[in-house]
Amino acid sequence: MPMEKKIRVLIAKPGLDSHDRGAKVVARALRDAGMEVIYTGLRQTPEQIAETALQEDVDVVGLSILSGAHKTLFPKIMTLLKKKGLEDVMVFAGGIIPEEDVPELKRIGIKEIFGPGTPTERIVQYVLSNISERS
Amino acid sequence: MPLANVEELVKGILTGDRRMIARAISVAENNPLEAQRLIAAVYPRTGRAHVVGLTGAGGVGKSTLAEKIIHEYRRRDKTVGVVAVDPTSPFTGGAFLGDRIRMQELTGDEGVFIRSMATRNYVGGIAKATRNAVRILDAAGKDVVLVEAVGAGQSEVEIVKVAHTVVVMHAPGLGNEIQAIKAGIMEIADIFVVNKADRENAAKTATDIQGILQLGGKEGGWKVPVLKTIALTGEGVAELVDKIGEHRQFLQSGGGTEREAMRIETELVEAVKDKVAEAVFFGLRKREKFQELLKKIIDREIDPASAADELLRKMGID
Repeated sequence: MPMEKKIRVLIAKPGLDSHDRGAKVVARALRDAGMEVIYTGLRQTPEQIAETALQEDVDVVGLSILSGAHKTLFPKIMTLLKKKGLEDVMVFAGGIIPEEDVPELKRIGIKEIFGPGTPTERIVQYVLSNISERS
Repeated sequence: MPLANVEELVKGILTGDRRMIARAISVAENNPLEAQRLIAAVYPRTGRAHVVGLTGAGGVGKSTLAEKIIHEYRRRDKTVGVVAVDPTSPFTGGAFLGDRIRMQELTGDEGVFIRSMATRNYVGGIAKATRNAVRILDAAGKDVVLVEAVGAGQSEVEIVKVAHTVVVMHAPGLGNEIQAIKAGIMEIADIFVVNKADRENAAKTATDIQGILQLGGKEGGWKVPVLKTIALTGEGVAELVDKIGEHRQFLQSGGGTEREAMRIETELVEAVKDKVAEAVFFGLRKREKFQELLKKIIDREIDPASAADELLRKMGID
């Protein structure tokens, strides 16, 4: 019998801050929207995030960061994802990210940045309508 | 990246290409027809890995122990594949897969491949695609494939169909101690582990389990051991991995032939059932007779089982 394809999402927390409330709220909202959400816990290195995305064959990666290190960590993650052949994976980010950093982050391939207070419904809708068609 | 076709996936699996292994497991989950071609192609290369199942109630420390077991195998120069299963919500169809939280460190290790898998409402503690994911990791050359089942109760016993060695975990202080493991899950254990052995009552829990095991006794000469571990510190893990090795020896020296035959028979029967069901349901709804009988059941003119008989006769299946 045909099985339904599920959207698989990795919610990852790069860097050293230890607040994952936001990440968990987003993870839960995506799960409640019918997605399979892989959560890997705090303090992930860019290599761990990219390798997890590869092994889990996710369609989407959501990065949550509050430490201010996004300008160093996000480019590394994007480079590693490409290196592993995952350029078709959609990446979005959230957390504390100053407005002036957004253009550069979008330039390196992060599709959307969600600031504090974004309704989770908006994130869910964004993922659903921007997901690339894969098997 | 354009999607890989089955031939590319097969080649990738056999050369241990991690991206292809990951894609292949998704195919196993999403696309039964392609999955069948894929598995048909790699099947001759399977059967080499030792498949270890890890099960037990939620909160006994499965993920934590799994991580320690994997480290122990790595110390012994074994490569390890992991399939970690978590439940799908029956209401939303979504799932929160959190087993990797405890396995972070292993993500950088090339000798380890971890895949989280949602049950997608398959019952019994694993997912429908778990068996084929195990085969893909086996064909990819992993020495050991560890399957972490969903936090189990008495009926989560499907793990026995995919694992050579089933490790059932328990912990002291879970309440209603032994009742919860008497039936079903007790019977599938090849090795029992009492985790959190530094807790009060650990010795008593172990003795109680031992007592129940002596009542039954597993057929074929394997005496189910009851081991104690502290997954957090890794205490007892080396002994557990030794025991798993002993069980493998026991299976290979003839003790596992019957079980393997049973496992294969079950799978064959299930495959036939699936295909028959698929073939039948495909055409069923289109039949006039089906609609007619539906109405009759609603009107209490016929009961569902008799209606099913009538349909089957009509289709030439008795």
